[in-house]
Amino acid sequence: MAEAKAKKPEASGGEAPLRLTPELVAFIDEWREKPGNLIMVLHKVQSVYRYIPRTIAFEVAERLGIPLAKIYGVVTFYHLFKLQQPGRHQIAVCMGTACYLKGGQDLIQEFENLLGVGLNTVSADGEFSVESVRCVGCCGLAPVLTVDGETFGKVTKEQLPDILAKYRGA
Amino acid sequence: MGYRTFILVCGGEACEGGGSAALVEALTREVREQGLEDVAQVVKAGCFGFCGQGPVVKVLPDESVYVKVQPWDVADIVAQHVRDGRPVERLLCDRSRNRERTRVEVPDYYQKQFRIVLRNCGVIDPESIDEYIAREGYAALDRALFDLDPEGIIDELRRSGLRGRGGAGFPTWQKWVFTRNAPGDEKYVICNADEGDPGAYMDRSTLEGDPHSILEAMAIAGRATGAARGFIYIRAEYPLAIRRLEMAIEQARARGLLGRDILGSGFDFDIEIRLGAGAFVCGEETALIASIEGKRGMPIPRPPFPAVRGLWGRPTVINNVETLANIPVILLKGGDWFASIGTKDSTGTKVFALTGKVNNSGLIEVPMGTTLREIVTDIGGGIPGGRAFKAVQTGGPSGGVIPADFLDTPIEYASLQELGSIMGSVGMIVMDEEDCMVDVNKFYLEFAVDESCGKCAPCRVGGRTMTNVLDRIARGAGQESDIDQLREIGHAMQKASLCGLGQTAPNPVLSTLRYFREEYNAHVFDRRCPSRKCRDLVVFYILPEKCIGCGLCARRCPVHCIEGERRKVHVIDQAQCIKCGECYTACKFDAVSQK
Repeated sequence: MAEAKAKKPEASGGEAPLRLTPELVAFIDEWREKPGNLIMVLHKVQSVYRYIPRTIAFEVAERLGIPLAKIYGVVTFYHLFKLQQPGRHQIAVCMGTACYLKGGQDLIQEFENLLGVGLNTVSADGEFSVESVRCVGCCGLAPVLTVDGETFGKVTKEQLPDILAKYRGA
Repeated sequence: MGYRTFILVCGGEACEGGGSAALVEALTREVREQGLEDVAQVVKAGCFGFCGQGPVVKVLPDESVYVKVQPWDVADIVAQHVRDGRPVERLLCDRSRNRERTRVEVPDYYQKQFRIVLRNCGVIDPESIDEYIAREGYAALDRALFDLDPEGIIDELRRSGLRGRGGAGFPTWQKWVFTRNAPGDEKYVICNADEGDPGAYMDRSTLEGDPHSILEAMAIAGRATGAARGFIYIRAEYPLAIRRLEMAIEQARARGLLGRDILGSGFDFDIEIRLGAGAFVCGEETALIASIEGKRGMPIPRPPFPAVRGLWGRPTVINNVETLANIPVILLKGGDWFASIGTKDSTGTKVFALTGKVNNSGLIEVPMGTTLREIVTDIGGGIPGGRAFKAVQTGGPSGGVIPADFLDTPIEYASLQELGSIMGSVGMIVMDEEDCMVDVNKFYLEFAVDESCGKCAPCRVGGRTMTNVLDRIARGAGQESDIDQLREIGHAMQKASLCGLGQTAPNPVLSTLRYFREEYNAHVFDRRCPSRKCRDLVVFYILPEKCIGCGLCARRCPVHCIEGERRKVHVIDQAQCIKCGECYTACKFDAVSQK
């Protein structure tokens, strides 16, 4: 921790260093004095960057006066927060009970065949990453998957290439 | 208003996924184009509960229910039904039994239901406070502020017999009394909307379809317990519910139904939303409190209970969504009325998400004491494909299975507990003969292991060990001692775990060991999976008498392990077979069999 604090990370891999957007600064200021603000702020961060970038976590730590270790603890505890940048399009296959019984696992397997990477890994072209999620709450449509929040119900393996084609490059 | 006809479009998640938002637009446009905008109004309503048939459109006043509506059906609905008054027959829902089309009457699906919690879902526009008020909304709060004192409110609840719908079934009025009597000036009301159980979406539909009922109930709870602030802890995975709650809170504040000096009574109460971030354990109340405080959601030992020391160390009452949704109705119609519904120890109704291998899946609300058979057969319309019913799973990863022999059990807190299941705030998942109990339990246990916060050893180590044993059994490497070991670890977890997650995680395994022991035995002793679900135990082979040698299976096989000359019997090389089942689905002559 002490080491991490001493050395503020430069941007990794040649990317321009990320800075807090004015919108985020305003949001953090609004929540700064409220107790229990960390999770709400992290949600906001992730809604902007789609994950919690390390450089931003440093900024949040400083502005909220919360140790980075505590932020790391919270980020790793909750499933929704990501430390790695996801693909341009995020596919979520529901693995709630109804979807599991109706073949959610087969969909995940088929995505692996089609994209060449398993769960939580970005495909080589950077387009897609697939994750398995808890119940998305449309069990009547099982098995269900979502792409960038758009819901597809009663999905079969055969439909997956078309679904990918719809988003690829879009 | 001069409207003669109302076209209600379901705005629940499943129907939205099916394109109901586009339907609302298309219907509105069509009504306008046909010049009917003065007589017909298109309303986007909350969940109708008929989720397996979505998108669903209901036309009032005659209550015709149209299912699986597509954009190209819109012109017919408007022209035939709205203009000419003739329902569009082809879109009406099939009656499950006699295949007759229902015209005016409601589908069977709804007939055994009784709606208290879902009273407004699919009836009002959830984004309009006026429609809620028109259905006696906030009248219960008015009564709680002006006609009753806090003792009077709690007494009404006591007479209603309402118990928590989230799991353990603790009497709600007692929770309120404890919080009320706890010393302290600052108290809180929390609505637990962290519905994390896989296969359950009752709370989501309530929040999306009738958000004001929750706000009203929380304000009543605040008045009864002496709290001035409320928090709704909701899953971030429910963006529509969050948006509607935010909207509802704004509307209620604008009308003086939340905020300072509500309706001039001198009572202050306001509500904030706090988001979860995908942790099942946060449904446990002490973990939920930690999460609202911005920490890792780890439970702490009780007592002290949250009623005494909860959020930020202050007395806190926590109720789940479904429990709260009952409260305005209880105050309006009286505790005695509520107690007259259901059974003696389990009053009122229960909402279930009926899913899995059942013809009509969706959201249902039935009086307590309804039997499982009525739910599965009458409401659910039986099992698809003529397969045999095997069991109903209730309570998700914390519950258990109920086999066919107990289908006539009435649903009550006590009877479910006796069967090794729980009421829980959860779905009811129907399983048929194709579902393997070992496989399903592996799913639930992996879920519990994944969600365990790791604080206490019984849950952290016990869950992992049980999963390993189950995995071994499913791979055909089970040992005779494994079944006893599962039972031993399970009992230890039940007794020694810190919170509800660990205490209930072994329930699915223990309950299936009780009712489906022979299935475990088949896996362990015969190395056989009777449902043919456990891949490692399935053997695919070709029946020589049926194979005509077309070669389709060989072409489909991804690992090229099927050989044979054209027009001769083919053979699967078992050593190479990866058991993907492609040959089984490919064969048109049923020549590929599995054992």
